[in-house]
Amino acid sequence: MITVESLTKTYGSFTAVDDVSFTAQPGRVTGFLGPNGAGKSTTMRVMVGLTAPGAGEVRVLGRRFKDLPDPGREVGVLLDASAQHAGRTGREILTIAALTMGLPRTRVDEMLERVSLTPDEASRRVRNYSLGMRQRLGIGTALLGNPQVLILDEPANGLDPAGIRWMRDLLRGFADDGGTVLLSSHLLHEIEVIADDIVVIGNGRIVAQGTKDELLAGAGTLVRSTDGVALATALTAAGITARPTSGGAVLAEAELARVGQAAFAAGIPVTELRAAEGAGLEEMFLSLTAESQRDVTSHTDPEGAAA
Amino acid sequence: MNSSTVDVRTAPDPVTATPGERARSVPAPTPFRRVLNVELRKMFDTRSGYWLMVSIVGLSILATAAVIVFAPDDEITYESFATAIGFPMSIILPMIAILAVTSEWSQRSGLTTFTLVPSRGRVIGAKATATFLVGLVSMVVAFAVGALGNLVGSALLGADTVWNISFETVPQIVLGNLVGMAIGFTLGVVLRNSPAAIVGYFVVSLVLPGILLLLAQVRDWFEDLQPWIDWNYTQVNLFDGATDTAREWAMLGTTSAIWIVFPLIVGVWFLRRSEVK
Amino acid sequence: MSTATLTTQDTAPVTARRTDVRPAPAPTPFRRVVNVELRKMFDTRSGFWLMASIVIASVIATGLTIILGDREDLTFDSFAASVGSPMSIVLPIIGVLAVTSEWSQRTALTTFTLVPSRRRVLGAKLLNALAIGAVSMVVALGVGALGNLVTAAINGTDPVWDIASSTFAQIVLANELGMLLGFALGLLFRNSPAAIVGYFVINLVLPGLSGALGAAQAWWADNAGWFDLNQTRFLLFDSTLSGQEWVQLGLTSALWIALPLAIGLRLVLRSEVK
Ligand SMILES: Nc1ncnc2c1ncn2[C@@H]1O[C@H](COP(=O)(O)OP(=O)(O)O)[C@@H](O)[C@H]1O
Ligand SMILES: [Mg+2]
Repeated sequence: MITVESLTKTYGSFTAVDDVSFTAQPGRVTGFLGPNGAGKSTTMRVMVGLTAPGAGEVRVLGRRFKDLPDPGREVGVLLDASAQHAGRTGREILTIAALTMGLPRTRVDEMLERVSLTPDEASRRVRNYSLGMRQRLGIGTALLGNPQVLILDEPANGLDPAGIRWMRDLLRGFADDGGTVLLSSHLLHEIEVIADDIVVIGNGRIVAQGTKDELLAGAGTLVRSTDGVALATALTAAGITARPTSGGAVLAEAELARVGQAAFAAGIPVTELRAAEGAGLEEMFLSLTAESQRDVTSHTDPEGAAA
Repeated sequence: MNSSTVDVRTAPDPVTATPGERARSVPAPTPFRRVLNVELRKMFDTRSGYWLMVSIVGLSILATAAVIVFAPDDEITYESFATAIGFPMSIILPMIAILAVTSEWSQRSGLTTFTLVPSRGRVIGAKATATFLVGLVSMVVAFAVGALGNLVGSALLGADTVWNISFETVPQIVLGNLVGMAIGFTLGVVLRNSPAAIVGYFVVSLVLPGILLLLAQVRDWFEDLQPWIDWNYTQVNLFDGATDTAREWAMLGTTSAIWIVFPLIVGVWFLRRSEVK
Repeated sequence: MSTATLTTQDTAPVTARRTDVRPAPAPTPFRRVVNVELRKMFDTRSGFWLMASIVIASVIATGLTIILGDREDLTFDSFAASVGSPMSIVLPIIGVLAVTSEWSQRTALTTFTLVPSRRRVLGAKLLNALAIGAVSMVVALGVGALGNLVTAAINGTDPVWDIASSTFAQIVLANELGMLLGFALGLLFRNSPAAIVGYFVINLVLPGLSGALGAAQAWWADNAGWFDLNQTRFLLFDSTLSGQEWVQLGLTSALWIALPLAIGLRLVLRSEVK
């Protein structure tokens, strides 16, 4: 269980993390979703005490991270797989982690096998590892102490498709076993496949959170034309709650036929018309990632995203 | 939750349905011995660390050989060997101390180190202890190699072996080297950057003494002050085994306070608050 | 933005493929490489402070000389000597880091993909290092000259300019040699700590060793000039070199600078960049 309460982190005048609150529950995989530079890594660094928070607090298993007596045994952390001494071998990196946690050496071999690093690969220096191999080693370090909580920053990066599948199964199993998993990603699809709960962050603020089913359940219609604003105005005039998102798309709270008719009546050519089904989240995420729309909050009024 | 946030979790928390936190006992706190053990291991387990350690033995032997080859016959004494070996030691040992600290930042391994042991003070304490131990063992090796060289050298000459370093001097020489290591360690903690700390060490150990000496020559008031400020001055006294009086020990105390204790306290203060990334 | 692209692709039929025939771009001119490499020496915080330290160190050295020296006896020569000693540390470090930072910061991956000829990149770096060395020396001596004027004003005397232009050139040469040595060590080790330690050992530790050796062995004292770079290089700072000393300087520079430079260059040209 991880509890983040009103976390804020500023660098000079720049607010990297802005009043962020959420919890990651045991038995569930919590996806921490946000575009590049949204503040995911910063939040995670604060969680594990590598960065001091400006305001707010994080508790892992009910305690502040620095108060955990032997953190590796309770919380597995992977922040940056490349942040290792390049001159150490993979096996050595697991060995020093195992020694720090007071684990038997046999645990290192077990773990190397678990993350599919061959003895030959394990004896190479990390300098010569591919990104995927580093990622496996990092996941191995996180799992080494048989923790109850996993905090993983973009763990899928660099993994091959088989590796991604393996990681998904691993995290699923970990959560089903009662463990807490928090993983970040900038890919909606990744999170959709793996997470039970989703927390979406943009420009340092939480813009949506809930269970995957709730967030992805789309009541309503997605309709697109070349001029989204005009379309939304026309739909509103027809008595339909509608909200333009990005790329000419509009989210409307009415069934397909009614939305289509209203657009036809207004004489606006429609390029796409379909049931929203998670489009709310997708559109919101797209608008977050769109460079031109840094001011994300205006698009995400409560009813809209809940649609 | 602020107004711009969407919280669609309307239904009662689904978590209550799933099994809760696995009931487990809290692990025992990481003992300091374990941290020390790991930090000691980390000083040897990279290629550069390994070669740094090997070079202690290698250069001791080289320096010993140089004395046998080049020193005039009447100078094949233990003191010559000790002096010659002390030369490379006074450079390698501080480098070892510097890199023990700075590599956590330059190689970014600090991300793992400080998540596994969040108390940075303990990690630095363990590093200091490990550095101290490596220094002690290195000095034992150096003295042993020098003694061996002295035996071989005098045997080659067919002369009597001269042991002209008293037992009281040995601890002072060891302490002198530990002071050098402590300076390096302090620079590592303060600067947290290998090149900067290395340049810093050479400046304070090889450039600064010249400036201070010059100053003492042209300004009378500084001449009396110098031994209380110049750590090299007190270190050289240790190497010569000449720190005898309470006054001299007090001088060593003030130079160590100025160059080691005070900057180390400030450095650790900043280090504990700094962002590791 | 990405959705807009998608929509266009959905609605509009795929237009004619962009033609594959494009004129090959002009080769990267060396001037451009030099320009970029120069910029890279200043555009990081550490690079900036290293450059700033040239001025800062000169000012501190000059200030200390005025405050602490015997003001009556201060001449331009005193100031040149005092600003010269920090330069002999800062400049070689600049030389070292110009090379090693490509490896320690892993920027080499970008540098050598944009300009695959590593020889050109290194040539540009070397050129810049030498230019910075020359400019720094002018700046440092300029600060020293200012100090000399200030001292004369305080004393109410005429400033003494007792450095011949040939000596000036010698001092610049001595520092450029130090910088080249740093550069060569950077190429050789491609690792900042190792190259920096190497430089200090050669520049500050070896003279002591050589001196000790000379005290013990008359033969070494007589002939060290032929092996020991520092013997003749240090002469450059304050004396006129004889013909033999110039030859010694050339030989020792070949041994200590040209040789490591050549070996380092070979290593870099063949090494794997990753
Ligand atoms: N030390 C720092 N100084 C200034 N800005 C920073 C610092 N650290 C992070 N940032 C900024 O904070 C924002 C969030 O970064 P990060 O948490 O890494 O994003 P991401 O969600 O991609 O992991 C970025 O805009 C980043 O540039
Ligand atoms: Mg990130």
